[in-house]
Amino acid sequence: MMLTPVLAKRNLLGAGVRTWLNVTVTSLAFFMIIFTSGLYDGMIAFTKRVTVATEIGGGQYWHPQYDPDDPFSLDDAHGVLPPAILPAVAEGLVMPVLVVPGSVYPQGRVLPVMLKGIPPGQQIVDLPTEVLHATPEGALPVLIGSGMARLGKLAQGDRFVIRWRDAYGSYDAQDAEVVAIMEVENFKVDMGQVWLPLETLRQMAAMPGEASYLVISTDQTLAADGGGWTPRDHDFLLQDIINAVEADQPFAMTLYGILLALAALGIFNGQVLSIFRRRREIGTLMALGMTRSRVVGLFTLEGALHSVLAVLLTAVWGLPLLYLVATRGIPIPYDAETIGIVMGKRMFPVYSAALFGGTVVVVALVVTVVSYLPSRRIAKMNPTEALRGRVT
Amino acid sequence: MIRSISLVATALLAGLGAPLSGQEMTAEEIIAAMDNNLSSENQVLTSRMVIHGRRASRTIVSKSWVVGTEKSFTEYLAPPREAGTKMLKVGDQLRTYSPQTDRVIQISGHMLRQSVMGSDFSYQDMMEDQSLLDMYSAELEGSELLDGRESWVIRLTARKPGQAYPLRRAWIDKEWLLPMQEEMYAKGGKLLKSARVLEVMRTQGRWYPKVWLFKDELKRNSKGTEWIVDEIAFDVEIPDSRFTRAALRR
Repeated sequence: MMLTPVLAKRNLLGAGVRTWLNVTVTSLAFFMIIFTSGLYDGMIAFTKRVTVATEIGGGQYWHPQYDPDDPFSLDDAHGVLPPAILPAVAEGLVMPVLVVPGSVYPQGRVLPVMLKGIPPGQQIVDLPTEVLHATPEGALPVLIGSGMARLGKLAQGDRFVIRWRDAYGSYDAQDAEVVAIMEVENFKVDMGQVWLPLETLRQMAAMPGEASYLVISTDQTLAADGGGWTPRDHDFLLQDIINAVEADQPFAMTLYGILLALAALGIFNGQVLSIFRRRREIGTLMALGMTRSRVVGLFTLEGALHSVLAVLLTAVWGLPLLYLVATRGIPIPYDAETIGIVMGKRMFPVYSAALFGGTVVVVALVVTVVSYLPSRRIAKMNPTEALRGRVT
Repeated sequence: MIRSISLVATALLAGLGAPLSGQEMTAEEIIAAMDNNLSSENQVLTSRMVIHGRRASRTIVSKSWVVGTEKSFTEYLAPPREAGTKMLKVGDQLRTYSPQTDRVIQISGHMLRQSVMGSDFSYQDMMEDQSLLDMYSAELEGSELLDGRESWVIRLTARKPGQAYPLRRAWIDKEWLLPMQEEMYAKGGKLLKSARVLEVMRTQGRWYPKVWLFKDELKRNSKGTEWIVDEIAFDVEIPDSRFTRAALRR
């Protein structure tokens, strides 16, 4: 029984350059599949982590009319907090956020923004809101992100005018001072967002005790009944990124398919050539008593071993490279907000054991199948014809 | 602000071109006189809106049909890019039609705050249709010389919450009864917008503002938006069909 693997190994290595060419192509496909899948997984993991940390916490309750994607509804998307949630708010487990559309006039230019009121002492999202305790003389304290600062050409300490309308519809305007500029990787809490102390914004907008949405702490569970407010869980709030990645999946699958096809084609061709050139050897093996199925098994094993060598080769050159990319990341050459996806300045792939295991199984399966298909011809060979170097 | 054009036109229509004495009139009476005259039967005017940007200016030509303060219909005639765009205001409903999309869109909510054609006034500014005295209590602050002409300075304070501009100040020419200058303030007292008559004209035996300058005062170095009235006709027959949604697509 041990004869077949030994023969297969010897034949494979004996083929020299042809074997190593096929193994290299298979190794490349193996690496690219793991690397690309790791990038997607890393992107999803990063987006989830950053979005949860800076924006959505453990989930949200939305005012019945609140829809961040519909700016026309925002004027009416505010109300007093549901009584059932008030104790959790008092304990700091739930954070109210008030959203009021407005305009800012940095250097006299007008920019439409969302004014967002947040409790300065909140511990639920990872934003440096404690700076909003500042009380600049004659101005409202505001916190903005670095993207918004770039857009408005603003620096810490700069002043500009904010204009908004109160709950009744009257315009109001006041000077504001940038008390801090935060570096945040979630453009949704940065671009077009101006953060103010919640109570200040409530007073400005004549909306006492009101909010547009509530964010719960990550260690809390979102209740199905939000006291009239709509519960929004992670699945809902992260739908954008999940949809974006799913929309890209066909492209990724096509890429994997092409890579695998390249590897499979090389092995398939090698097998066909091998069977043609080694017909006398096949005839001899049969004449010595080896059954047709064992000869087919030998050639199939020879082909399948390409995948084993490819895994070993990838481990030699690919694993260090995958590790390097996973620890150092890949710089993103453009602003993530321009494509509407939460991404960092560097992309870090994430490789799971399932990804490695799954890829090995798929590659091995494909290689084995393409090795077996040409080998079936051996079963139809006549040993005497094969010994004379003929293929029937 | 835009409403002021029809307001003044109506005042002139009513033949209030004669000088009035400030000593004999209170602020409420001055505004009431203007408000009364505001309810003009109708007017048809062709105007140019010159929007001054940072680098260049754009001129938009339009023709408007106005009945009182409730109904107005505007069709943009030039430039070619804007030609065919129409705007219909009936009561508190404002709709626009764009020939590029062949769609009628109702302007409401957040959109009302948007600038009209990139100018210095918003759709909200077009929506005022109540009389000034219904919306504001008036107080005569005194008299001032504005460009060498005697004017009353009137302070208008919103009667109830919800007026877009809780405070206004108007300089009304004593002879022409034209609001030669108007300032609109935020609730906190910051000046938001201003309007000024730069030139008046004599038409159909009446004085009428020919060139207005509107400015968003929060925009630094803004040159504002000029409104130039080229032609105006009063008491022209305007069929009701002009103020229907169907007229927008016609």
